[in-house]
Amino acid sequence: MKNYQGLMKIVSHKKLIDQVYEMKVEGEAAKFLKEPGQFVNIKLTKGMTPFLRRPMSVCDYDDHSITMIYKTVGKGTKLMSTMQVGEELDFLTGLGNGFDSRDVKKAIVIGGGLGVPPLYRLVKTFKAEGVDVTAVLGFNSASDVFYQKEFEALCPTYIATMDGSLGTKGTVIDAIKEAGLTFDGYYACGPVPMLNALVKTYPEHGYLSYEARMGCGFGACMGCSMKVKGAPYKRVCVEGPVFKSEEVIVNG
Amino acid sequence: MANLHVSLPGLDLKNPVIPASGTFGFGYEFTKFYDINCLGSISTKGTTRYERYGNPLPRIAEGPAGMLNAIGLQNPGVEAVVNEEFVKLAKVYDGHVLANMGGHSLQEYIETAEILSKSDLVGALELNISCPNVKEGGMQFGTDPEMAAKVTREVKKVSSKPVYVKLSPNVTDIVAIAKAVEAAGADGISLINTLVGMRFNLKTGAPIIKNKTGGYSGPAIFPVALRMVYQVSQAVSVPVIGMGGIASGEDAIEMMIAGASAVEVGAANLVDPYACPRIIEEMNTFLDDNGIKDIHEIIGKSHQYD
Repeated sequence: MKNYQGLMKIVSHKKLIDQVYEMKVEGEAAKFLKEPGQFVNIKLTKGMTPFLRRPMSVCDYDDHSITMIYKTVGKGTKLMSTMQVGEELDFLTGLGNGFDSRDVKKAIVIGGGLGVPPLYRLVKTFKAEGVDVTAVLGFNSASDVFYQKEFEALCPTYIATMDGSLGTKGTVIDAIKEAGLTFDGYYACGPVPMLNALVKTYPEHGYLSYEARMGCGFGACMGCSMKVKGAPYKRVCVEGPVFKSEEVIVNG
Repeated sequence: MANLHVSLPGLDLKNPVIPASGTFGFGYEFTKFYDINCLGSISTKGTTRYERYGNPLPRIAEGPAGMLNAIGLQNPGVEAVVNEEFVKLAKVYDGHVLANMGGHSLQEYIETAEILSKSDLVGALELNISCPNVKEGGMQFGTDPEMAAKVTREVKKVSSKPVYVKLSPNVTDIVAIAKAVEAAGADGISLINTLVGMRFNLKTGAPIIKNKTGGYSGPAIFPVALRMVYQVSQAVSVPVIGMGGIASGEDAIEMMIAGASAVEVGAANLVDPYACPRIIEEMNTFLDDNGIKDIHEIIGKSHQYD
């Protein structure tokens, strides 16, 4: 068996809402996932186009399975959405640092859109570690909301929508303020404008998961290097995708 | 099993497979996948005199059977490469590297070569005069025969190790450049670097890569690389290291048939981190299946049809 690489078989694949799918795969390579927030990189074809793997966040995992939620935004994810139960895909797993700093007593997890999935496993891990955790999930509209019930089954969950069709009208920060939530650490994944706004509002004790166009996903190509404070650069794929709020350069 | 050993200036290769610069970091990243001592050598990440962050993101895009990159020679600078990166690599790697290096001015090339060539880990230098992704220097040295010869000559004066010059395919006459650097003292020639390309966002019309242009690599460019290796290897007497789109053992064999004495594997490493050991194994299988006892039997095998 190869380190970090293996074939994973699709065991379930379903549409959650328009353009958003949940895929569960099984195989030995799942065992390389060690932390919530680590990611996988998937070869979608045995052929040469699309050429590169597709990095994907992990919603949940155990020693032999991985669950992912993705949105069809480009050619790769559209191709992925056509794949059937029983098909096998070539995975690299256990990539990146993940949310590996969890030394807190009271945490909030903050997700925006397709940044929500990796927080699901993080909440489970916090619960197992006895951390008091609350979820704040932001979407554009009620029709974009997914996994609300799954989060509510684990922890207090607040929803924000930009159009006000569900929960707090506005951003995740509006929802945090409206609910008067306090925390000694926050854990966020979502679009860059959301992450930047969080760092500006809460410059300390934050752990933010970024995404970038990647070449390899394992540190070889320098395609995803981000400027940070205190180092010339860090690779989103190796030293990230999770960065401390104290080191993030907003609009860097 | 066939003999895959190839001896080149500064590089004694147990097999002719070398991961290409920019697709393999400083090598030690790959020890989490496999023992890198199975490789012929390693062409290390392009090194410049001073630290460079490189280009803004996004730096990566795709195309049919290939990818565009515009990293922009991100590296920690030659002193940190020698004192930190090479120290880490030497702990997990017994061989010698082909140290790839770039520059923005003649003076930078000279200083970098002098420092880099002193490292015990370095078997030879690979002079990158063909990077398409930096604003000044890089490719401008590689597209003019006189400039290419000048930088080669000056680097040869200060380097204590053999010098391979890595050529750009973005020229009308690559043979003229190859002959010019050979005359200037190059001990070997590497080719090809990436082909300059672009992609655009269909909705906004904006280039996908922030640097606008990037270098295209991957299987899509393989026939172009074969043609250039074929032409250059017949025009010069120094060894040629062939690269550009190699993704399998059979591709590596074909590149050597075109005239390469060794090969570099680039973009394939990014998709399949196990590409290099797989290619070595596939080369062995091909040679055995075809009753070829020594890899030298196929080097330049195509030239007889001229």
